[in-house]
Amino acid sequence: MKHDFTDQGRGAVILPFTAGPAKAAQFSTPNFRMGAGLRPAAGAGLAQAQQMLDCAGMMFGNDTKTSQAVITSAACPNPAPNPAMTAPIIAPPTSASRPGGPAQRITQRGTAGPLDAGNGPATDRDALSRRIVSIHLTDFAIARWLRWAAARHDALPDDLPVVLAAEGAHGPVVTATNRAATLAGLHIGARVVDMRALCPQVRVVRADPDGDRAALDKLMLWARRWCPWTAVDGADGIVMDTTGSDHLWGGEAAMLREIEGTLGVLGFSTRLAMAPTHGAAWALARYGAVRAIATPQTLDSQTAPLPARALRLDGDTVLLLQRLGLKSIGDLAAVPRASLARRFATAALTQNPLLRLDQLQGRQPEPVNARTEPPRFAVQARLPEPVQDPTPYLAELCDALCETLAKAGHGARKVTVTVYRTDGEVSHVTAATARASRDPNHLRRLFDDRLDRIDPGFGFELITLEADTTDPLQAVQSGLDGRTEDGAALAQLVDRLSARLGPGMVRTPSARASHIPERSLTWMLALAQAPGARRKLGHISRPLRLLDTPEEIHVLYAIPEGPPVQFRWRRVSHRIAHFHGPERIAPEWWTDRASARLRDYYRIEDDTRRRLWIYRDGIYGEIYHLPPQWFMHGVFG
Amino acid sequence: MNSHPIPASDAFAGPAPDQPSLSLAAPSLAEYFADNAGDGAVTAFIFQQLHAVIASGKPVLWVQDRMSQREAGKPYPPGLPEDLKMILVTVNRPVDALWAMEEGLHSDAIGAVLGEVWGDPAALDFTATKRLAMRSEARGIPALLIRRAAHPNLSAARQRWNISSLPSRPDPDDDRAPGEPLWQADLFRARGRAPGQWVAGPGAQGATLEHHVRMDLGPDAPGQDADDASRAAG
Repeated sequence: MKHDFTDQGRGAVILPFTAGPAKAAQFSTPNFRMGAGLRPAAGAGLAQAQQMLDCAGMMFGNDTKTSQAVITSAACPNPAPNPAMTAPIIAPPTSASRPGGPAQRITQRGTAGPLDAGNGPATDRDALSRRIVSIHLTDFAIARWLRWAAARHDALPDDLPVVLAAEGAHGPVVTATNRAATLAGLHIGARVVDMRALCPQVRVVRADPDGDRAALDKLMLWARRWCPWTAVDGADGIVMDTTGSDHLWGGEAAMLREIEGTLGVLGFSTRLAMAPTHGAAWALARYGAVRAIATPQTLDSQTAPLPARALRLDGDTVLLLQRLGLKSIGDLAAVPRASLARRFATAALTQNPLLRLDQLQGRQPEPVNARTEPPRFAVQARLPEPVQDPTPYLAELCDALCETLAKAGHGARKVTVTVYRTDGEVSHVTAATARASRDPNHLRRLFDDRLDRIDPGFGFELITLEADTTDPLQAVQSGLDGRTEDGAALAQLVDRLSARLGPGMVRTPSARASHIPERSLTWMLALAQAPGARRKLGHISRPLRLLDTPEEIHVLYAIPEGPPVQFRWRRVSHRIAHFHGPERIAPEWWTDRASARLRDYYRIEDDTRRRLWIYRDGIYGEIYHLPPQWFMHGVFG
Repeated sequence: MNSHPIPASDAFAGPAPDQPSLSLAAPSLAEYFADNAGDGAVTAFIFQQLHAVIASGKPVLWVQDRMSQREAGKPYPPGLPEDLKMILVTVNRPVDALWAMEEGLHSDAIGAVLGEVWGDPAALDFTATKRLAMRSEARGIPALLIRRAAHPNLSAARQRWNISSLPSRPDPDDDRAPGEPLWQADLFRARGRAPGQWVAGPGAQGATLEHHVRMDLGPDAPGQDADDASRAAG
């Protein structure tokens, strides 16, 4: 019955965000079906439903393989299963979002629309039969930074203050503080300069909200080790539907302790609560007692003393409720529904206390919308004895991988070959593609001549081929001549060139808004951007080629403002026969340093008939500046 | 001094060897030698021939080795023809340049392959050029190879050119300014046509090749080299 906690835990410390989901996914489907199948029978009453849950849960623990066994066991308290009960079981297991059955049924009953003032609370206990856990990660951003710093051996001692800062309207603003910083009086929302005055030794680190969001997403998937339905809840929370999962962990209180302890080992401090509804769990996790557990019977009494902002309302609405004297959820629940409905009839969800109250008390459904796990595509070849060269096996692996990708409707953007040597070493070779591909021949050719770089040692027995990054790729019909559209052919060429020469060596120009010649284009990776045509700049003549770095030339001039008469470039002296110019290009004051000087460009033809582009950096007679220098910058045809 | 303004046509072989016009209707490998890295004539001459490729909307694969890139500069799209799509490949070794060119010739999506190789690397031998030439002819994609600081050793290139700059035409609006460029185009080895020397210039449909250039504009019209060229060719 117990899962292998220690193993998962160890994996979690090293690579916390990948170990869990696969394991969770293995038991997610039967559990999901079981919960769904139980719901219609719950009309018999909560106690019976609970009993069925337990029975089914035990059965699930013993035999997760066959859903048929689950059906029969779930049906045991109810000898005549109604048709609605089997329907969700037959439903395809691919939809991993929470079953629509219960939520739809609740809305169909329709007893508690926001304007329907008739019903009192808690007449429909069926809506309160879910068990929702809300996890509030109290200092997620700073804990993530500390983990990251520890991983690169840059962790600060606990008694040194650290704050994360993001750009605000008037300079950087503190967004997260560690414990030492909090004790020193630094607080979130204050400006960094003020906090520096308060505590000069504080270390300020740039906040990374996008990274935090991505990490929370991974943590949410990892949390599927406890139950199959988890979702991100705001910027610092995770919500899980643990209905039917708690007995695996020894009960609800034990499960909350387990979650808190495991996340604590990872370095995240949490506050948790379990309640029949998402709203109540959210409120209790943030404003209730430690590891609060609310049952349908105690829901009202436990949430009543919580402040009004526990209803997930925005600041203005909370202020309004306070001015009205409605300071707690209990106060709000005591107000007649008709009055609230009249006052907040057209308000949005985050400004509507009545809707939020209904969500909290279960009159308004709010299912946990767990998104599907991103698919993972990997194939492997186990060899009976060590080999030195993976090339003969690559074709088969590519075929298998592409078949998997084709079934899922995906194409690979990045592929990695990993070999596991007999002496324990692991080495890998990665290739990227410009657009999603599941052409086995193409993927195989990306590794041509590159597998030589693997040091085989005494040989390896296991080769894996994994698509690290994939994109959805629909099947494309090829033309009658058997060719696909030319975008694919170009992308494949770019893939091959990039795989062999390195992505940075294959580039395509992209225009930028700048007058400075060398800044007017950037060389983008051809893997990232398809080549595009560029419009010419009107009548302005520009050279065919531009030197990467302008080369200094030594000049003789007749008048300082004019073109040179003679110059020396690459140790050869040139006399100027014709010139055109100057074309003056001023520095970009919004990006350049103050010392940047304007340039006077001349298009010249010298006595060896070459047409060149030279410029003078600065003008003569500028105070605080040295005399200007001359540079060779480009070559005309 | 009389002139023969020759209209450029898309036919590879012109009506007569003495009235050549230039395009890449029969794609193959062509080599272009430039005696000076700071001379842009060869780049301009090549892009005069790539009008049809650029108009087809297919990108040009441009392979440069490091030395060529440092000495002759990177391509600068604002100065290159409009609507040119380009993929620039920078390589460290000549053998990689040849490999990249051949990969480009394998792909249907490429309009032309342009390579720049510095010096006389051992990898660029007769076999390598033969591979490129046959691949180019088989796929119908022109392959152009710019050679700098190189000797015209044994090669299977179907055309071998020596390109250098000539004094430009006078600018009609500004007598101190350089006008329309002219180039000395010396076809010293060719298959399927007679070698020759011409004065080349930009044309509407491609490079125009002339034996005589009219230089009747401006007081100091530099026509000496053009006369030389016409004498040599004629």
